[in-house]
Amino acid sequence: MRTMDGSGLRRRTLLAGAAGALAVPRIGRAQQNTVKVGMQSIISGAIALLGTSSRNAAQMAIEQVNAAGGLAGRKIELVVRDSKGQPQEAARIARELVNSDGCEILLDAEASSGAFAVQEVVRDLGVLCIHTASETSSLTADPKIRVATAFRCARQGVQDAIVGGGYTAKQATARKMTRFATCSPDYAYGRDTTKQYLDFIKHFKPDIQVIAEVWPKLGQPDFTDAITRLIQAKPQAVFSLLYAGDLSSFVNQGNVYALFTQVAMFNPNMGDYPVLNAIKAMPQGSYSGVRYLETFPDTPRNKEWGEAYRKRFNEYPTNWSWQMATAVAFLDAAAKKAGAADGKKMAQALPGLTIDSPFGVNGKITMREDHSIADYAIGWGNTVPKPPYIVDIQPGDWGEITELETEWKKKNGYV
Amino acid sequence: MDLNALAGCVSSSGCLVTQTSSGLIVGLLLFLVAAGLTLIFGVLKVVNFAHGTFYMLGAYFALSTYQFTGSYLAAVAAGCVGMGLFGIAFERFLISRAYGTNVLMQLLICYAVVLIFDDVVKMVWGADFQSMGMPPAFQVPPYFIAGGIVPPFYLVLIGVALAVALVLGVALAATRAGKIVRAAAVNPEMVSVLGINTTLLYALVFAVGGGLAGLAGALAAPVRSLTPGMGFSVLIESFIVTVIGGMGSIAGSLIAAILLGMIRSFGTIGFPLFTDELIFGFMIVVLITRPTGLFGREVV
Repeated sequence: MRTMDGSGLRRRTLLAGAAGALAVPRIGRAQQNTVKVGMQSIISGAIALLGTSSRNAAQMAIEQVNAAGGLAGRKIELVVRDSKGQPQEAARIARELVNSDGCEILLDAEASSGAFAVQEVVRDLGVLCIHTASETSSLTADPKIRVATAFRCARQGVQDAIVGGGYTAKQATARKMTRFATCSPDYAYGRDTTKQYLDFIKHFKPDIQVIAEVWPKLGQPDFTDAITRLIQAKPQAVFSLLYAGDLSSFVNQGNVYALFTQVAMFNPNMGDYPVLNAIKAMPQGSYSGVRYLETFPDTPRNKEWGEAYRKRFNEYPTNWSWQMATAVAFLDAAAKKAGAADGKKMAQALPGLTIDSPFGVNGKITMREDHSIADYAIGWGNTVPKPPYIVDIQPGDWGEITELETEWKKKNGYV
Repeated sequence: MDLNALAGCVSSSGCLVTQTSSGLIVGLLLFLVAAGLTLIFGVLKVVNFAHGTFYMLGAYFALSTYQFTGSYLAAVAAGCVGMGLFGIAFERFLISRAYGTNVLMQLLICYAVVLIFDDVVKMVWGADFQSMGMPPAFQVPPYFIAGGIVPPFYLVLIGVALAVALVLGVALAATRAGKIVRAAAVNPEMVSVLGINTTLLYALVFAVGGGLAGLAGALAAPVRSLTPGMGFSVLIESFIVTVIGGMGSIAGSLIAAILLGMIRSFGTIGFPLFTDELIFGFMIVVLITRPTGLFGREVV
């Protein structure tokens, strides 16, 4: 297995490019004994940690597939490139991976902006691609954006909002909370997703009132004004979509004011190891969604996978890791079903395919007809200051998720 | 706009206490950064765009020292002293070469330092955000004073910042070194002619400026996330403070920083959707009515 970082032109790339110009490689490639899988992700910059955790998971999973004989008998060769998180760069690299490097399959580990750009390249080239990081629902939900050979192995915004909405409503009912405030970052993600969550919270508990909205700027150093405003508004609960460094600042500064003993915080973004390990004083009694934890699903297989990852890379896996590992497992299963490591045939085999998975809520994950996954472990729980950080995790009900998701799709004109 | 909430807050002692103390803490941390900025401008007429980098490095120095020693006091000292030394190096090796040249050259040097040290931070501490965590001594519940909430940690920060303001004020007004600094701000040639070593003086000014910014970064490290580039937003607000207070005036920057903190603190209650606009609006009004800032001297 070979990994190639950086995007400098190399002799081999040039040669491959020249070969591409002669339009012969496809025939030559089919007889090769290895199948090249291209992966582009964010390996440098502020969220390099996520891209690296994707690459690690891909390496680990591909080694396993290769040890078991490869993709329908062909060994996988992984080619990794850094997009630096820039959508135009992601699209360029995706094209180059296929046209110049001879990759037959793409694993796209880009955030949404990059994934949508890659999707158009995939539409153009007709190559098999699995998106492993984009959570924006329309990527697969919107038939205008969907592509026959593109799939998604990642949680979806709308599914998270349904489960988070249901859980929040349930806790609010149990604790007799109706007065909510919101505190989310002041840009498209923060505003749109907050609205989506609130819609579902109100669907489950219509008497919820939002009495204050606070919109801190992305990366603002001081949250004191946001925190004191929340204290003055006296909500019973705060719904927040802050994440990463902003979430850490907010929690640390909120602790100084004992904010979280006065209000319960609901935040879907806390349950991922990089955040949990960085926040030095996780508040007791707040609520978070789980993105990836070795304890959820609480099965020996999941624990084993997490431990193997930690031992190998000396760091914790992330949400992007399990999604990437699942994508490789789907490639393996699709090649078995299709009887060949052929992108086109595998793309036809994928819809409706169910695999055994450590990350499935019942040990299985299904690739649905709409090219996105179902039955992965999705849940919310209580936060505690010490590991495992989130306890009493309640899994979402996939029957309910599917029902409300279909309703949501109808409302948006997707079906 | 929510004037009822603002009126309700002003008439409730609890809200007044909470908002006033939070305004003070926001303002005073800003003052520490702005004081150095304005001091450097006052004496050297250099607009130090790299000042945010001093703040950032101060925080990272503190983080590493805290992780190594476990002492917050040592961390703050390291941030402050480390950045004082860094300020001297920055002045001697880089910016002093651009004294008297056009402002673009100074800007270019400062911007280069910002970019280089953002990348140095990425290489040394990583691109991800870091968090120092609250020192155990301050992991205590907040005080409830007259129904308002006042965090003990912030009381300490307010105390330190006020002490710094006092020492700085007294040093500038009453000591020989302070008099030289003020004289150099008015007429550097004459100070030089009188046989005073201005090279040393300028390095000293940068040491104090850097030390103050580093102190602010280190003091705030337990509650603010550390990221490469974190100095940027602090720099912008510090410029607003120096402009409102009057470029070169320490007292002006103290008053302006506290005013800014109060606008933020009470603005968020009364005008939650345009607190930033309030601050810029205030700056515009000051600049129209007093173009040199609240405490600025007329330029002769």
